[in-house]
Amino acid sequence: MASEQKRVAMTGNEAVANGMRQINPDVVAAYPITPQTDIVQFYSSFAADGLVHTEMVTVESEHSAMSATIGASAAGARAMTATSSQGLALMWEMLHIASGYRLPIVMPVVNRALSSPINIHCDHSDTMGALTTGWIHIYSESAQEAYDNLIQAIRIAEHPDVLLPVMVCQDGFITSHGIEIVFLLPDEVVKEFVGEYKPHTSVLDVENPIAVGPLQLQDYYTETKAQEAEAMARAKKVILEVAEEYEKISGRKYGLFEEYKMDDAERVIVVLNSTAGTTKAVVDELRAKGEKVGLLKPRVLRPFPADELVEALSSAKAVAVMDRAETFSTRGGQLFTEIRAAFYESHKRPLMRNYIFGLGGRDTTTREIHRVFKDLDADLERGQVDKLVTHLDVRE
Amino acid sequence: MNELKGYKDIPIGGIITEAGNSVTYKTGDWRSQKPIWKEEGCVHCLICWVFCPDDSIKVEDGKVIGIDYDHCKGCGICARECPRKERALQMVKES
Ligand code: SF4
Ligand code: SF4
Repeated sequence: MASEQKRVAMTGNEAVANGMRQINPDVVAAYPITPQTDIVQFYSSFAADGLVHTEMVTVESEHSAMSATIGASAAGARAMTATSSQGLALMWEMLHIASGYRLPIVMPVVNRALSSPINIHCDHSDTMGALTTGWIHIYSESAQEAYDNLIQAIRIAEHPDVLLPVMVCQDGFITSHGIEIVFLLPDEVVKEFVGEYKPHTSVLDVENPIAVGPLQLQDYYTETKAQEAEAMARAKKVILEVAEEYEKISGRKYGLFEEYKMDDAERVIVVLNSTAGTTKAVVDELRAKGEKVGLLKPRVLRPFPADELVEALSSAKAVAVMDRAETFSTRGGQLFTEIRAAFYESHKRPLMRNYIFGLGGRDTTTREIHRVFKDLDADLERGQVDKLVTHLDVRE
Repeated sequence: MNELKGYKDIPIGGIITEAGNSVTYKTGDWRSQKPIWKEEGCVHCLICWVFCPDDSIKVEDGKVIGIDYDHCKGCGICARECPRKERALQMVKES
């Protein structure tokens, strides 16, 4: 039975901060960075007002924020931090250490473009670069999803089959600062759902002394990384199990991705986060005119649900994968490259093209999404895509 | 070298679960030279034991009894510091 939920108007950041309040982690170490600052600011007031038992650690940089979070987690605490853009970039070496130590840290990330040019608005260049850091990646379309994903992330990260850190991403300003209706679960329901944290090991456990982070060379490094990769593979099942349990308390359904009007869809857009909402509006408009269009919105990028994506997309005739970050490979964005590669073994390959869009917060409206569906229509008539990679809405 | 375990049998995240287990990790194969200790020339002053950076001079009841070749890295400090080096402690090329 879904619980009685509070219907409130709040920003994505406030929703995430409230999710953290309900999770009530032992330690939060963070450094402010736009557009994430709000999360920790709200959280600091919760801590100051005694609403949480959290030890707040204010640090001098994001490198230290992640280091302190790692230290706390290795000591057996449920530890969290939050960041954006340059902050995530500054954490880089510590991201690999968190995952290499197999610490179940959960971190909200508010997506923002990386410098240079300096920019504070949304794109996904920060987290797309972090796909190889051993973190689980979960993406959120709205404030509601950012909140729901955050609560589920605790259970995913701490599951004994997983023990990997999770980043929960949402779009900077668009959802982090936009006010929308959010349904908050009762505090005690979240408390029960996340449960008491029982660390797998702790450096403070004097009965069972351990050393964390020792040297491993040619003899064991490979095995430790293979073990990590296997945990990542196991995470897929855990993510689905946790989603099922979460549906029971919230009434909201989550999977590895969301399929929107995909049943008989011939032309499909694949896009992450808030732009999926814009695309849904266009899909509705075109469907009303009888056009067979659909949307696939990935939620989990690590582990990458390749087989499931191929299965979901293989009945489409033309697919546009939209990436909100450059890779400079000249062969398209990260999402496009990975989805296209997933089709290598498939005999049913739709036409597939890539759009790089919304960089540095450039608005992507229904007008641009209409254009993408139109391009796909022309591709179908032609029987091939006319351009592999297109920078959407760029002035020449 | 210890017997190497597979990834399913090692602790999660590369942690070490056994305190002081570095003694089981044999590092002696790095050596290009090795110290040869001769009991008859040794006066058991224990200078070599004090200087050895790898705790590889084996001592029992205040007397040197040999070299731990599983961990001796062949740095030669012991032989250099030994006051009776010609008779008690000399480095030779590792075969
Ligand atoms: S320093 Fe030389 S003489 Fe002294 S104990 Fe060692 S081997 Fe023997
Ligand atoms: S050669 Fe170096 S490591 Fe080996 S016993 Fe002498 S001092 Fe110790």
